[in-house]
Amino acid sequence: MSDTTENPIREAISEAIGAHEVILFMKGTPERPMCGFSARTAAALEALGKPYAAVDVLPDPRIRQELSELSNWPTIPQLFVKGELVGGCDIVTEMYESGELAKVMGVEAPSDAPAEAPAAAEPGAPPLRIDNKLA
Amino acid sequence: MPQAEQLKERIEAAIPDARVEVTDLTGGGDHFRARVVAPEFAQMSRIEQHRRVYEVFGAEIGGPIHALSLETRAE
Repeated sequence: MSDTTENPIREAISEAIGAHEVILFMKGTPERPMCGFSARTAAALEALGKPYAAVDVLPDPRIRQELSELSNWPTIPQLFVKGELVGGCDIVTEMYESGELAKVMGVEAPSDAPAEAPAAAEPGAPPLRIDNKLA
Repeated sequence: MPQAEQLKERIEAAIPDARVEVTDLTGGGDHFRARVVAPEFAQMSRIEQHRRVYEVFGAEIGGPIHALSLETRAE
């Protein structure tokens, strides 16, 4: 296998996935998510109380492009646990509610964790958009 | 601009015997939710099921289709 073309971004992504047991690629940060789907996924992780790494894909569009090629998954967020893609917002939410997420992350859900995945923001809501109606 | 009905037809055309419901979450023609029930999902993990549906739309996901939220079931 000598197809290691010069691709520092993809290598950095691979390395980060390998180096962190739980890593979330998202739009924005857990403190300031920039998309409802990313917000909801981060909130599910927060509710389980296990530390995780978070990568904001927004500063450079190549991060998202390389990540999606690497993972064969077209959308953001993407959650990886122990180097494996777990899924995006829909799957993480479903797994949170069924208890599977705590299981794959190797934690007990805290007794005060909500049964339904916390809606940090309306998951279907688009980013704030202002239409120019003046034209 | 893609319409919910078109998305439903394309998923049904691509996945044999799929039963599909698509809703336009915002009415804006770019945020959709699809519920897909298909026999072939029985042999697939949840990740693979979602990939199968995303593949129907290729690069349109993240483009004209800004978001496609999925719920998939084998039966």
